[in-house]
Amino acid sequence: MKNEWPLWEIFIRGQHGMSHRHVGSLHAPDAEMAIKNARDVYTRRNEGVSIWVVEANNITASSPSDKGPLYEPSESKVYRHPTFFDIPEEVGAL
Amino acid sequence: MYAQMVKSEASTDDPEKLAAFQARIDAGEKIEPKDWMPVGYRKTLIRQIGQHAHSEIVGQLPEGNWITRAPTLERKAILLAKVQDEAGHGLYLYCAAETLGVSRDELTEMLLDGRMKYSSIFNYPTLNWADMGAVGWLVDGAAILNQVPLQRTSFGPYSRAMIRVCKEESFHARQGFDAIRKMAEGTPAQKKMAQDAVNRLWFPALMMFGPSDADSVHSTQSMAWKIKMNTNDELRQKFVDQTVPQIEFLKLDLPDPGIKWNEERGHYDYSDPDWSEFFDVIKGNGPCNTDRLAARNKAWKDGQWVRDGLLAHARKKAARKHAAE
Repeated sequence: MKNEWPLWEIFIRGQHGMSHRHVGSLHAPDAEMAIKNARDVYTRRNEGVSIWVVEANNITASSPSDKGPLYEPSESKVYRHPTFFDIPEEVGAL
Repeated sequence: MYAQMVKSEASTDDPEKLAAFQARIDAGEKIEPKDWMPVGYRKTLIRQIGQHAHSEIVGQLPEGNWITRAPTLERKAILLAKVQDEAGHGLYLYCAAETLGVSRDELTEMLLDGRMKYSSIFNYPTLNWADMGAVGWLVDGAAILNQVPLQRTSFGPYSRAMIRVCKEESFHARQGFDAIRKMAEGTPAQKKMAQDAVNRLWFPALMMFGPSDADSVHSTQSMAWKIKMNTNDELRQKFVDQTVPQIEFLKLDLPDPGIKWNEERGHYDYSDPDWSEFFDVIKGNGPCNTDRLAARNKAWKDGQWVRDGLLAHARKKAARKHAAE
């Protein structure tokens, strides 16, 4: 059996009120050790207030070749942006 | 640099795909792990990032050597933090390399059996406390010059690792300068030690940038792919230009009689390091090559039972949880 520790992806909340953000990855035998290692590797200078760890092989990612079908449809829908609409100045804040 | 003389691999891919790939890089796009990339790009990057990571890890040894003998508790805490950073830098870089399809254990094994290299600089000994100052100031200073432009490298994970590294690296150079400054401004005996450290480490620091690569084919390909951002000579000149005034500030003698301001070029002239020494160190014949690899091999071997034990425990826990559900 392969004895390499699994890879974990690390997400850190930098400050209260912010989302967790992906910061990198590391190896650890289990989730508990992954959090301990993440603390040492990714928060040595007050970079975080909360850590999430996810085993890398549990992440499903979109494929680069799906870029077209996934994102092109939204390119033609300019009306989804508020700047699409001309609002007369006298209407005020809207 | 931390990655020296990285041989670039030729690509035998479809020319049309290669051109499209180059166009993405020229447009400043980042290449991400799941994107198509030439075989040569992948192989060269694994070699370069791997060598860079190994350098961070082996680089802990010359400094770790002085943690227990730091002159004050504060210096000890600072050095400890710096060496811990180096471990972190190695880990960021290993993770970046792993996104290219090589495993951590494979990389480690290639370091341990000598198939992969680390920077020549770490094969020099650190003989006394003054060397701690000189290493942080000169060696990390040289590394920063290479790593700052690499933040803009084309491979996304490598670029992100470099951004993290650079954020922490200037602490390293500054603490080194601060430590050597203390000695340069200290008693005559301390000043003599500071001078001796600068004299010994100057040329090995210049060698970190690697031999002149003006005509190197590898360099041209790596620069086109934006995995090498400057020529070795450009970076070496920059290092000399920024460091000479600092040596003068410390009122130490210049470690090379060939250093002279060249008005016409707008740069300092300097003597070339002894490149035969460099190639000898790369080949494994530096003062500490054997010690460094022996220390890494011992750590890997001694840690085996810990790695196996923790994994066995994790598997047992997972199996119990599974049975209970």
